[in-house]
Amino acid sequence: MIRFITAVGHSTLQLLTSLGRASLLLLAMLRGLPSVLKRPRLLIDQMHSVGVLTISIVSISGLFVGMVLALQSHHILSRFGADSALGLMVAAALIRELGPVLSALLFTGRAGSALTAEIGLMKATEQLSSLEMMAVNPKYHILAPRFLASFLSVPLLAALFSSLGVLGGWLVGGVILGVDEAAFWGGMQGGIDLRNDLINGVIKSITFGFVCAWIAIYQGYDCVPTSEGVSRATTRTVVQTSMAVLGLDFILTALMFNH
Amino acid sequence: MDQLRQNSLVRIRNLHFSHGDRVIFDGIDMDIPHGQITAIMGPSGTGKTTLLKLIAGQLVPDIGTIEVDGHDIQRLPTSQLYKLRMRMGMLFQSGALLTDLDVFDNVAFPLREHTRLNNAMIRKLVLLKLEAVGLRGARHLMPAELSGGMARRVALARAIALDPMMMMYDEPFSGQDPISMGVLVQLIRQLNRAAHISSILVSHDIHETLQIADYIYMIDGGKIISQGAPQSLQTQQDAWTDQFIQGRPDGPVAFHYAAPPLADDLLESAP
Ligand SMILES: Nc1ncnc2c1ncn2[C@@H]1O[C@H](COP(=O)(O)OP(=O)(O)O)[C@@H](O)[C@H]1O
Ligand SMILES: [Mg+2]
Repeated sequence: MIRFITAVGHSTLQLLTSLGRASLLLLAMLRGLPSVLKRPRLLIDQMHSVGVLTISIVSISGLFVGMVLALQSHHILSRFGADSALGLMVAAALIRELGPVLSALLFTGRAGSALTAEIGLMKATEQLSSLEMMAVNPKYHILAPRFLASFLSVPLLAALFSSLGVLGGWLVGGVILGVDEAAFWGGMQGGIDLRNDLINGVIKSITFGFVCAWIAIYQGYDCVPTSEGVSRATTRTVVQTSMAVLGLDFILTALMFNH
Repeated sequence: MDQLRQNSLVRIRNLHFSHGDRVIFDGIDMDIPHGQITAIMGPSGTGKTTLLKLIAGQLVPDIGTIEVDGHDIQRLPTSQLYKLRMRMGMLFQSGALLTDLDVFDNVAFPLREHTRLNNAMIRKLVLLKLEAVGLRGARHLMPAELSGGMARRVALARAIALDPMMMMYDEPFSGQDPISMGVLVQLIRQLNRAAHISSILVSHDIHETLQIADYIYMIDGGKIISQGAPQSLQTQQDAWTDQFIQGRPDGPVAFHYAAPPLADDLLESAP
């Protein structure tokens, strides 16, 4: 029993110290943001490597998710003669949930894990130390631009995901299954609310962007600087970000859509 | 000697430091004089790299003080510490070049970060530094395309880009072929004698170190085991120093990691 309590206490303490270190790192990166804005080159390079290179996987996934969504929804809606609601159904599901959540998960798999590995390797090969020795703060120079780039990329990727999802839904619903064009787009236009749907979706993806960026960079910076340590940190990034995104999604949905 | 201590560049007093539960330094006093090459020797894992990081203020002592050029490193505000670091160069064991920049940009990096020189001026300085290490022709290569010895020379060019007052070399000779070892020995000596850069040389390559060091500290088990000029160490009777310098596998530093007698272990059935 005592051993159990000790174990619980020990892991709680570890969790708290790790949260504390992560918060300090976050503060340091936020302090570094002005210096990033002064050197847009650093930001642009990172937007390219974390954002642009994730575009293809997000686009393809968005298209397919929209297509599957239209197939399944059409199946059920047509049983109730509610075909005309297909456009609204697809768009609402994408904008409210699937766009923000899936693009964040895809981002973590494609870019977050790579960020952790990159930063971890820079630590293991003493590049971060060597920056400090050259009187350059790696938190400002390496971490802050990556943080900002990830944070900005996720909402943009979510918007892309949802747009292509709607397009995929139209391809299946409108072109293949023959749902009335006017009903598809009209229902979407009439039913999607700016505040309830769009803004809430954007708030979600901004939150997820923050979480993705923070976890990936913290795990890389805090890893044990060996090849084993880096690989563990990469796994932790994917697992922790996925859990955090799904958990936060539930909380945010409960807060936003409880009429 | 007392006079040396008065104006030493680095002054370490009663240094204690641990990584978690592991005691790395257990009360060390050390003086690194201006203008000389001071070597720090000891077996792998004794904390030589840790000592360099302590001197650079990347790690903080548990007890004791470290002064560099008269400044107490721990008391220095971050901005001052960074100013001081611009006057210290460090050559990392791995070279630690920035992998996404080519050779030229790596050497230009500190100049671009810390000076307002224009591009033409930076180009001249970078080419001069690369010329000094013999790699002006390699300026368009990426770090992954360099051999270990070349990477270290590029890192050396980068470390001296801002003309530091002191250089710290972390095992510059390890893993080098005899030729690049000779090149590095010569470069380190040149930088010290001609450019008057005070140097701290961490190494366990006895031969090279005895050749160029003015003064040697030997550390093991968190303490200074012996110290002195190369000649006096070579003739020292102390068994540990003798074993280390002669490279004998067994002696005060045991060949065997602590274990029960072999016979007991072999007769035992449990793991
Ligand atoms: N960040 C760290 N956390 C825990 N232990 C460390 C850390 N860095 C180094 N050590 C340990 O400290 C000891 C000294 O390391 P180091 O200074 O690299 O030795 P040396 O350079 O003399 O080979 C080693 O045993 C190493 O395992
Ligand atoms: Mg070392």
